[in-house]
Amino acid sequence: MSIKLTILEQMEQIAREHGKILAPLKEDLVLADCGLDSLGFAVLVARLEDKLGIDPFTAAEDAFFPVTLGDFVKVYEHGGR
Amino acid sequence: MNMVGVEPPSLRDSVAKAEAPGFFFDRVAAARFTDLGCGTIFDGRLMDLAGRSVLLATSSQLATALALIELDGTARRLVILPPDSEAGHLGTVIERAEVDAVVIDDGTPPAPPLDLAVRVNSTPSIVPMDKTPSARHRTEWVLMTSGTTGVPKLLAHDLAGLSAPIQAHSPADGAVVWGTFYDIRRYGGLQIFLRAVFGGASLVLSNAGEPVADHLARLAGRGATHLSGTPSQWRRALMNPAISGIAPRYVRLSGEIADQAILDSLRGAFPQSVIGHAYASTEAGVAFDVNDGLAGFPVAYVGAIRDGVEMKVVDGSLRVRSPRAALRYVGGEQNLADADGFVDTGDILERRGERYYFTGRAGGIINVGGLKVHPEEIEAVINRHPQVRMSLVRRRQSPITGSIVVAEVVLKADRQGQGARPIDLKDDILRHCRAALPRHKVPAAISFVPTLGVATTGKLLRRQE
Repeated sequence: MSIKLTILEQMEQIAREHGKILAPLKEDLVLADCGLDSLGFAVLVARLEDKLGIDPFTAAEDAFFPVTLGDFVKVYEHGGR
Repeated sequence: MNMVGVEPPSLRDSVAKAEAPGFFFDRVAAARFTDLGCGTIFDGRLMDLAGRSVLLATSSQLATALALIELDGTARRLVILPPDSEAGHLGTVIERAEVDAVVIDDGTPPAPPLDLAVRVNSTPSIVPMDKTPSARHRTEWVLMTSGTTGVPKLLAHDLAGLSAPIQAHSPADGAVVWGTFYDIRRYGGLQIFLRAVFGGASLVLSNAGEPVADHLARLAGRGATHLSGTPSQWRRALMNPAISGIAPRYVRLSGEIADQAILDSLRGAFPQSVIGHAYASTEAGVAFDVNDGLAGFPVAYVGAIRDGVEMKVVDGSLRVRSPRAALRYVGGEQNLADADGFVDTGDILERRGERYYFTGRAGGIINVGGLKVHPEEIEAVINRHPQVRMSLVRRRQSPITGSIVVAEVVLKADRQGQGARPIDLKDDILRHCRAALPRHKVPAAISFVPTLGVATTGKLLRRQE
């Protein structure tokens, strides 16, 4: 499965688990508006670390977090910044 | 019953009066400890230790057990060195406890030089003594806490305090053979040692590095009737097929939170046994026993004085004022008790209905996005899943919430490699957690592991991330 599909699948699963409704998952979707709260994102990053073997945010030297879903996927596709 | 001021006989006096022989058994040997009424393992050197602050650094539990009986009443202070003590801390221990003599056996690692070193055999022989020592000291017993980091804290007890819980709960039901998964050099194990010695019973000791199956087989062979250990040690024992060989009348848990899952598992394994869990710590002593088969304890225990022990809850934390508590820290500035004489245990309680439940340690809280989580309360929920034997919840760093919780899970032996696919089972355990816990306490991820580490203290190893 591609990195992008893995991310989208995990987002949908976590939304189900947390009883949240996701906005349509388009490239330019602003993550803050996607329907997952900060705990949902924390779980997402932890699950993706298990699935993909990286946590690009904790590994990064300075704090950053992408704004859109497309940027979020790119961070994983590039294995960090 | 008021225990304060009651001076128990020394251990030697106590074994001298035993009506039936009592034995310590280890993997190598059996020792009839009741012979110490007029016998010795010290080969004429016991009186050299009289009035001294003695570090008991014997490697074998058998030698330790026999030396404890002889040194109580003879040494001024008995400093009991637990197994696997860090050599680097020994100098500090010696300095703080003003140690001026050491008892060693053939397995003791090299220790700093002291004025006096007395060597005993790790499987000692008891030889008759012409006359029992006349020196009488009210020996101070110094125990070390099981802290995982830093120099261990030294806690002074006396025999009256250490044995108070035993006089209050003496099992007087026929021949008793005690066994313990604990090491007797820790508070929990020392309680069992004293129960055996005062009760005229025998005690099956473990050996360093002995496989669980071998220990269980020896417990079965010696017909152990009373068995004690931590919940983690019991979970590990239940995973071993050799558990089917033992049939204890009394099963005791202490040292960690006894959750409903382990109590039910033990009930299933030993339908005829009395299954009790005790709350105790090296600092506060044994505070209470619970024998109704349920986790937690009745709220009526708090505020009442039971067997001289008084408990209260301050900011969620259990505080205990008790004649069984340690007397003080040795060689430190820190106060053991508050101004009213209560020891803060740091164990956090939550009231649900008419019972209090332990949820974890004050120092072990994980902060998930500003919300407090005790790993133990999540483990208790995971352990209730029918296919789970034991679990460890730990912190994982999160770039978003600071921390998040993840779980490592050991499945029951008979469930491994059967039934549901691992991915379905993970989902099922997570569903089970979501049904019982708020969202931030549900593990973000679960991994199945073959085993979890248990420290020499008997407690689950909680490594720092």
